[in-house]
Formats: sequence, C-alpha cells, structure tokens
Amino acid sequence: MQTANLLPLILVIAVIAYGLAYMRSRTVAGPLGGIRNLKALPFYYAARAALWCAIPALIVLSAWAAFEGKVIQNLVVGSLPAELLPTSAGEASLLMSQINNVAAGKLNPNFVPADVVGAADKLGALKAQSSQFKTVLVVLIAVLGAAFAWSRVQPQINARENVERTLRWIFFACAAVAVLTTVGIVFSVIFETVRFFGKVSMTDFLFGTSWSPQTALRADQVGSDGAFGIIPLFTGTLLISAIALLVAVPTGLLSAVYLSEYASKSARSVIKPLLEMLAGVPTVVYGFFAALTVAPFIRDLAEMIGLEASSQSALAAGLVMGIMIIPFVSSLSDDVINAVPRTLRDGSLALGATQSETMKNVIFPAALPGIMGGILLAASRAIGETMIVVMAAGLAANLTANPLDSVTTVTVQIVTLLTGDQEFDSAKTLAAFALGMMLFILTLALNMIALKVVRKYREQYD
Amino acid sequence: MNSMNTAAMPAETMSEKVAKPVIDEKPENAVITEGSTVGQPFADDPKFKLRNVEVSYGESPAIKNISLDIGRNEVIAFIGPSGCGKSTFLRCLNRMNDSIDICRVKGSLMLDDHDIYDPKRDVVELRARVGMVFQKPNPFPKSIYDNVAYGPRIHGLANRKSDLDDIVENSLRKAGLWDEVKDRLDATATGMSGGQQQRLCIARAIAVSPEVILMDEPCSALDPIATAKVEELIAEMSESYTIVIVTHSMQQAARVSDRTAYFHLGHLVEVNDTDKVFTAPDHQLTESYITGRFG
Amino acid sequence: MTNQRTQAEIVRQSLKQRYRKERRFRLYGMTAIAIALLALVVLFTDIIGKGYTGFIKTTMTLEVVLDGEQMYLEDPTDKDQISMADFQAPIIAALQGYFPEAQSRKDVRELSRLSGNYASNQIRDLLQAQPDLLGSTQTLEFLVHDTVSVYVKHADNPAYSIRLTEQQQRWVDELVEQGVVTTSFNDVFFSRGDSREPSNAGILGAIVGSLLTMLVTLVIAFPTGVAAAVYLEEFAPQNKLTDFIEVNINNLAAVPSIIFGLLGLAVFIGVFGMPRSVPVLGGLVLALMTLPTIIISSRAAIKSVPPSIREAAEGIGASKMQVVLHHVIPLAMPGMMTGSIIGMAQALGETAPLLLIGMVAFIVEVPEGFLSSATVLPVQIYQWASSAEQGFVELASAGIMILLAFMISMNGLAIWLRKRLERRW
Repeated sequence: MQTANLLPLILVIAVIAYGLAYMRSRTVAGPLGGIRNLKALPFYYAARAALWCAIPALIVLSAWAAFEGKVIQNLVVGSLPAELLPTSAGEASLLMSQINNVAAGKLNPNFVPADVVGAADKLGALKAQSSQFKTVLVVLIAVLGAAFAWSRVQPQINARENVERTLRWIFFACAAVAVLTTVGIVFSVIFETVRFFGKVSMTDFLFGTSWSPQTALRADQVGSDGAFGIIPLFTGTLLISAIALLVAVPTGLLSAVYLSEYASKSARSVIKPLLEMLAGVPTVVYGFFAALTVAPFIRDLAEMIGLEASSQSALAAGLVMGIMIIPFVSSLSDDVINAVPRTLRDGSLALGATQSETMKNVIFPAALPGIMGGILLAASRAIGETMIVVMAAGLAANLTANPLDSVTTVTVQIVTLLTGDQEFDSAKTLAAFALGMMLFILTLALNMIALKVVRKYREQYD
Repeated sequence: MNSMNTAAMPAETMSEKVAKPVIDEKPENAVITEGSTVGQPFADDPKFKLRNVEVSYGESPAIKNISLDIGRNEVIAFIGPSGCGKSTFLRCLNRMNDSIDICRVKGSLMLDDHDIYDPKRDVVELRARVGMVFQKPNPFPKSIYDNVAYGPRIHGLANRKSDLDDIVENSLRKAGLWDEVKDRLDATATGMSGGQQQRLCIARAIAVSPEVILMDEPCSALDPIATAKVEELIAEMSESYTIVIVTHSMQQAARVSDRTAYFHLGHLVEVNDTDKVFTAPDHQLTESYITGRFG
Repeated sequence: MTNQRTQAEIVRQSLKQRYRKERRFRLYGMTAIAIALLALVVLFTDIIGKGYTGFIKTTMTLEVVLDGEQMYLEDPTDKDQISMADFQAPIIAALQGYFPEAQSRKDVRELSRLSGNYASNQIRDLLQAQPDLLGSTQTLEFLVHDTVSVYVKHADNPAYSIRLTEQQQRWVDELVEQGVVTTSFNDVFFSRGDSREPSNAGILGAIVGSLLTMLVTLVIAFPTGVAAAVYLEEFAPQNKLTDFIEVNINNLAAVPSIIFGLLGLAVFIGVFGMPRSVPVLGGLVLALMTLPTIIISSRAAIKSVPPSIREAAEGIGASKMQVVLHHVIPLAMPGMMTGSIIGMAQALGETAPLLLIGMVAFIVEVPEGFLSSATVLPVQIYQWASSAEQGFVELASAGIMILLAFMISMNGLAIWLRKRLERRW
C-alpha cells in the first residue's frame, strides 16, 4: 500500500485503540466505585493507547519511506552485470531513469539492452515487495502498540503523567527541528563543498579572478576547462549591495528620524504601515520592476548623457534592491531611536537646543550602535537576495566597479548552476554548493555581529 | 516625621487670616478658595510674574489659577504632597511642557516683563535664560568636557577653543567639580557617581549663563553626602542666580530656600518666608502637611 | 565670563541660522519619506499599467464552413484521418471571405498567421466531439495570434506592431472595424495552465499549485511552530541546550531563502529521493523557512498571556500541561494565528528556493494532487517575465497583480483577526 494511504489507516487504528482503551478504563473503574478511583481520567488512558499506537508506527513508516527509494535503487543497479555498471553518478542517474521509464511503460523495451529490461522487472518486483512488507510491519507495530497500552489500563497507573510526558517530548522534538534544519543545511552544504574542493583547489576558488564554470563533457576528461574563481562574484555582490545600501541607509535613517521626532501621531500611523508595505512586496515583483522598467530607463538615461550602460546594469539591480531594504533600515532605526531614554532628550532641550540639534548631537550618537546593527542586518539581506539580481543582473562574471556595467552575483550563479541540465556530480553543480557555503557563512557572521552589537546597545539602557 | 520646631501650636495662636482653623479638622475639609493664596505670593521687581496660570492635561486640570511672583536672586522652594502639581508648574517656567501634546497652559507668565508664551518669542532663547536640572541625573553619553561644552557650543557662546575651555572650567568650578575631574575631562560622564553626575548636570546648566535655574527634586536620587554637597552648591549659586527648587523634603526646603510655596491639589495654598512656613504657617493645610498629617 | 546681557544677544543672533538648519533637517526627513512612498507608487502604477491588458483577450468570430474536402477529412472518428487533416483550411477560407485579394502563397500564409496557433485545434476537438457537424457552417470564436493581440491592445504604441507586416496590420484594422475582432475579459487566463503562446496561457495551474503548496506548508509549519514555541516558553529549562536552540532559531530567521533551496536539493531530493517540483516538496522547504517566523511570533503571543491566568488554573489543581493546553494556547491563539498568516503570506511570494528544487519546468496541466508536478505563482511570474515574447510581459504583470491581491488580502485578514480577537488584559 502506498505511504499516503497508510497514514489514514494508522489514524483509523489509533482511533479504534482510543475507543477500546476508553471503554476498558470505564469497565475497570466500575467495580472500584467510579472513575474517581482511577489515577487518571479515562480520556488519558485512551489517549495513551492512541499515542502508543500511532507514534511508533509513524516513525517506522517515515523511516521506511525515506530510505526505501535509495535502497531499492542500489539493489537494482547492483544486480546489473559488470559491464553495464555506471562509472559516474551522471551515468548512474541516466541508467536509473532508463530503468524507471521502462518500468512505467513510457519507454519501449525494444530500445534498451535486455539486462536493463530485467532490471526494470526487478525494480517492479522490489517495489511491490517493499510495499507489502511496509504495510504489514506498520500495521503490526500499530496494533502491538495499542495492545500494550490497552493492557496497561489499570487503576494504579497514572496515564495522565505518561501522556503529558509524551507530549512534552513531542514539543521538544518540534523545537529541535530548528536545530535539525541548521544541521541539515550545514551538512548538506559541507558535504558537497568538500567534494567540490576535491575537483577544484581552494586557493583557485577563493582567490581566482575568473569565473566561467565549464564542466567536463565526457566522463574521461580530467578536470575541467572552466575557471572557478569567486572574486568577480564577490565584487559583483558587493557592488550591488553597496548601491543598495547607499540608497536605503540615508532614506531609511532620515525617515526614521522624521517619524520619531517630527511626525504627528496620525501621520505616523499612516506612514509607518506604508513603509512596511515596501518590505512585504515579493522579491519577484521587484525583479520584474528592475528588469523591465528600471534597467531600460537607466540605459536610455545614460545614453542621453552620452554614457554607455548595459541593459543589465548593476545600478538598476542595486537601486531596486535599495528600495526593498528601506523598511529594514527605517524600522530598526525607529526602534533604536525610541529606546534612547527621554531624559537625555529633555536634558538637551532644556539647555535650549533645537530638535534637530538634539537629534544630531545627542540622540543619534547615543543610538549609533543600534543603528549600525540595523545596517549590518540590512546588508546581510542585500547580500543574500536572489530574485532581483537573477532577473535584473547579468550572468557574465565581470570584475568592475562601474555601476553601469553588468555584473553577476553569488546568488545568481547558484541559481544558474542548478537550474540548467545537471548531473549531480559535476564540478558545476558542486560549485553551487560551495558558493552556498560561502554565502551561508558570510550572512551568518554578519547577523551574529549585528545581533551582538544591538544587544550590547540595549543593555546600556536597561 | 518632623524634626524641627513645629510642635503643635494651639489653635488660638494662628493668625486671624485663616477661617476657623481647628487642630482636629480634617485636611480635606480645610478650605481652599481658588485663586486665593495666603501669605506673600507677590514681590517687588520680580524676575517671574505669574498670574492666573492654569494648566490642564486634556480634560483634567492640574494647576488651578495660580498667581505668584519669583524674586530676583532668591531661592524659592515648591513643596507639597505628591501629584499636587509642583513639577508641572515648574516646567511651565521654561516651557518644557510644550513637548507634551495634551498639555494646555493658560494665563500670563512673564519673565522680566516679557510674556514667555508669546508665539513671537523663541523657546530656544527662553531656555538659554532659564536652565533646568532634573530629578534623575541625565548626563549625555559623552565626555565630561563635551557635556559642559554642549550648551555654549550650540548657542555659539564661545568664539575660540580657549574661550570654551574657560567656560567649562568656570562652570565646573562653580559646581564644585573642578578639582575632582580636572585630570579626566575626556572621561565619559556616565562613569561618575550619582552625586557627581548631578553636579555635572548643574555645571552643564550653568555653562550657558542662565539667569534662572529650575531644579526638579535634584537630590531625590542621591545619597545624603551627595545631597549635602548639592545643597551647599545651591547656597553658593543663589548669589548669582534665581533658583526655583521643587522638593519633597521639607528639611531641604528649610535649609536652602528663602521663600517657600506650598502646593495642594493644584492650588497654591501659601507662600511665605521659609522660617514662617515651617514655624507658624498661615494656612491649616500647610500646617497639616508640615506636621505630617498627610503627604 | 559672558555677562547676562551679551549672552542673550549672542543667543538671539545664533537663532536665525539655527532655525534655518532646523528647517533643512525637517525637509531632509520629509524628502526621504517622500522618496520611499514615491517608489511604492511608481512600482504599483507600473505593474498595473503593464498588467491590466493581461486581463483582456482578443478573439475573432468567424463563420466557418466545416468543409470536409478542404480539410481532407471524411470521417472524424478515424484517428489516422484526424492526424492527417488540415484544420486550418476553414479558417483561412473564412478570412478570405473578408479579403478576397489574398490568394498568393505569401498572402495566404500571412492571413493564416492572424489566427492563434491553437485555433485549428478548436475545430479538431469540435469535430471529434460531434462528428456529425462535418459539412455544416458554424460560428466560432477563436483566439487571435499573439502578435495581433498585442497590436490590438496597444494600438497607440508603434513598438507593438513591428511583428506584423503592413498588410497584416491593414487587415486587422479592417477586421476590428467590422467587429470581427473584438476584445473581452480574459477568461482563458483563469481557466488554463501555462502555454507556449501568451494568448493561450493561463494562471490557473500556478494558482492551484500555490494553494496546494501553501496547504502543505501550513499543515507542517503551524503545528510544529506552535509546539516549539510552547516548549521554549513553558517547559524549556534554562540551560545550554535551550540557549543553543534559541540561537539556531534566530539564525535561521535571517538565513537567505536560497539556502533552504540548497537544503531541499541536497537532502530531500538527494538523500530521500523525493520527486522534484511537487507541492509536497515545495511545501516542506517553505515550511522550514517559515518555521522561525512562526515560532518567534507565537512566543510573543504566549508571553502576552498574563501569569495571573496560569496561577489561577494551577491553584485549582491543573497540571502544567493542562494549564498550557486548556488556557495558555487558546488565549494565545489569536496572536499565533495572526503571526502565521503573515508568515504564510511571505512564503506565498517566495521564489528562489523553489527554483532550486525544480519548479521551473514548463507545466501545462493544472496539478491534481499533492504529488503531481506543479508550479507556483511567483515562479510562473518569473518564467513569464524572463521570456522574450511581448505577450508574456503583460501576463507576468497580471500575475503579479493577482499575487499582490492574495498577499494584501492575507495581510488584511491577519490585521482584521488581530483587531477582532484582541484582548485587553
């Protein structure tokens, strides 16, 4: 039976277990003089039964479903005679899709070697067997679990504590998902990065100034003709991010200052949500805007002045990204400015300073660390941004500081490398993971520094 | 609570100005007529001439029809139970209430015969003439030098660095801080003790060369020794400045001020020479307050 | 020391310049806000300006004679005949009725190009469904070719007529004048999936795909997020493990979204062998991405439940878990729901991680289940925007309008819920 169908089946068994255990607890309670004499309400005995039934079954089911595919695949490929065994992962996936297509009836068996047809048959057989075993095992575990819990419906057993303890563990597991996710990210990225550095040396990668990722076209080609130096990618990222910050920081800061110091309450209640809207617009919309409106506009404008601008200029992408980041800067700065104690403000005003003098000389310097933290966070956002640059920035790695040129960024390359035709082994694909690793480390570092700065600043005033 | 010679005076020795004071009469029953203040609320050639001042926060009135003169170079203390409006009234004098949206000030407030609430008059100018020291010391997170130099800098009172240095030194001397900090003018002000910080705030206010200094419970956050130092300062400063000090401590009022004004629920009940207020007050409420019946 | 008189004068002199600086400062602030709001306005007008034509379709209504001889067709039920027949012929004949001078090979080809690429399929499908219509005359409505469509909709913009020859433009103008070619609301857009031709392309596939994916995300992220928040707020001891978990959550909230795509690619597709481009996988990746947001907002909601309620419940004798389940969670639920809706709205607009797990494929059919190949709204927009055809640009804009409409209504729902269910403690 399919995994998807087993889920409702487990649910049904659990519900039955619940009902049976509930009835038994009432039965047991009867001679004792009522449910008051049980250590827990019937509900808890029943719930315990349902949990004992469902949880082990679900764990076994998900483990089986998760690894079923890979195990069967290895068995099927392993059953092929030696000469057909794939020598590279690329060949392996090609072979597997052949076998899959034959088994699904999409590929005419006459067009492939006989052994492949045999493998396809084996695939079908294994899948059927696995499905049968899975069903039997899961149902068995569910029933056994329910039976165990049913047998433990006794007056002296405090089912409530058991159920509550189980719930606590479930809650803990949910919280641990965050850790698991980070672990998953780190491992998945590290693994492929290490394999990448087996093909391309780390110094070439980190310090190379030329990026043109080619990959071996034939399995026996040693190494690749491409260059994998990330310097042009990083300069591209930094150029666009710098333009974005140049737009966002003054605008965001001044907006925050005006909102917190001069704007009336009603104006503030209207303007603040409007600014937040800028942050809510999906990045694909910004990318569309950048590529189809801003970039041509800049190109035409540059032409009028006599400069030459690419139709995928860094300026276009940077400008629009800056607009997207404005609310980050303004919102954080607003919080930080409002956290400066009123007495400082009053002290300055009492000496006869104007509002702007107070802001410039007292409040702003006091809020500076927090504002720096906010800018760092905004920078991290700019560096990790993908869609705007995918749609508006270029693909060719260009080592330049001219904002009118087209550059490419780390995120663009990750997308390009992984959305073409791909084999899972080539240096190209692995390079994407290596880039991802760099990105992850960089943004993580920026975020941690930013948080530390903001926290230290907050402590100062609490 | 009172350590002074305010032993209960028999009712008969009170001045006849008061209507039927009885020792046992409950304070709430004592009469406060709006606008009438017993004692001597007025003075000759006053620095501040305040007439029929009313202050309200939105719908609720905080100050009800107060008229008062503040004399030149005098030290006048505002006393009264919590919430009676002393701080609110004080903050009217340098228009610090402007930053509170719902606060409305009515009446005539004159500084040297100029209406301070005249829209044509500049609040910045006013505050350069009327300085303020707050309850909790609030030095800027800058160096000691920069704290004191802040006022002169923004008002452009010093043309050269050496002038500024002089102003800073003089102010710190007058505040009694110079010897303690002269070697570390660049240290941050927030590293000082509470008492030193408050004296720094006083120095900062002095540096602008104001004519009046308003003090809103300046010692309530300080320990007794620091308090004593600040009170010494006030005594010295009274020769050059007019000082209005709000205080919770009657002993302090008795120690530092020339005149004392007693506020009660937004009314100005009595203004008299300090000695008189604390030995033979004119109004029943004043007496009840200083003898500790409430407050 | 400056004496009192000159101090007042000095201050007064400095005032004019200081107030000038003050006014300048205020102006800077107002300008900054104006710039930001202007950008918002420009963005929206641009999108709407480009997109409203996407909601209009251009069709031509012709009387076609389903002449079997012209189509080389005798028996519509015969599969081989159907695959060999020429279904374009009746259309051309009908058009030649309006323009009899179009006889040469070149002219006929140009005439034929006026109708949409899939117009002939319409005739084929009609005959297959009702074979006895062969030989009759039918009035049918066909979508025009994409080049004609943009020409008609943007009649005032010469840039949109470059793909048509002068002759074709004359013909189209004539047909428009005669009412043969008309514009109407684009129901095609809402009833189909993607297509190679813009006029024929619809957004339904993407909408359904987004819905399915969002459903998966909600089902995974909401319970897990709430459970995690409850654990961290109510049960977690103050130790290093808890700190570690909290640090992780805060970091994950700031990780670029594309990294989650890498995670999906390497772990879910690579290790677990999940199929690409299906709502289950997309929903899983988005759920992991939204989880930190939901946890953080749920924690805030739980924190806002006052301790007095908890104490009251404990005083009656409820266990800690019962206090949490019976009191805290229900009372915190409005805040948790609001936060989750906002998190969902963000996930709805996410593109980058889904690109990496394969949702870029050209999906024509509307997805039917959670395991069928699907695309989502933002990815569809991305594909259309990257295409070279002019017709796709307006579809992309129209798609953006629909996406924004969804997001605004979700955010509006969240705000309304918050106002409605807010409790003043």
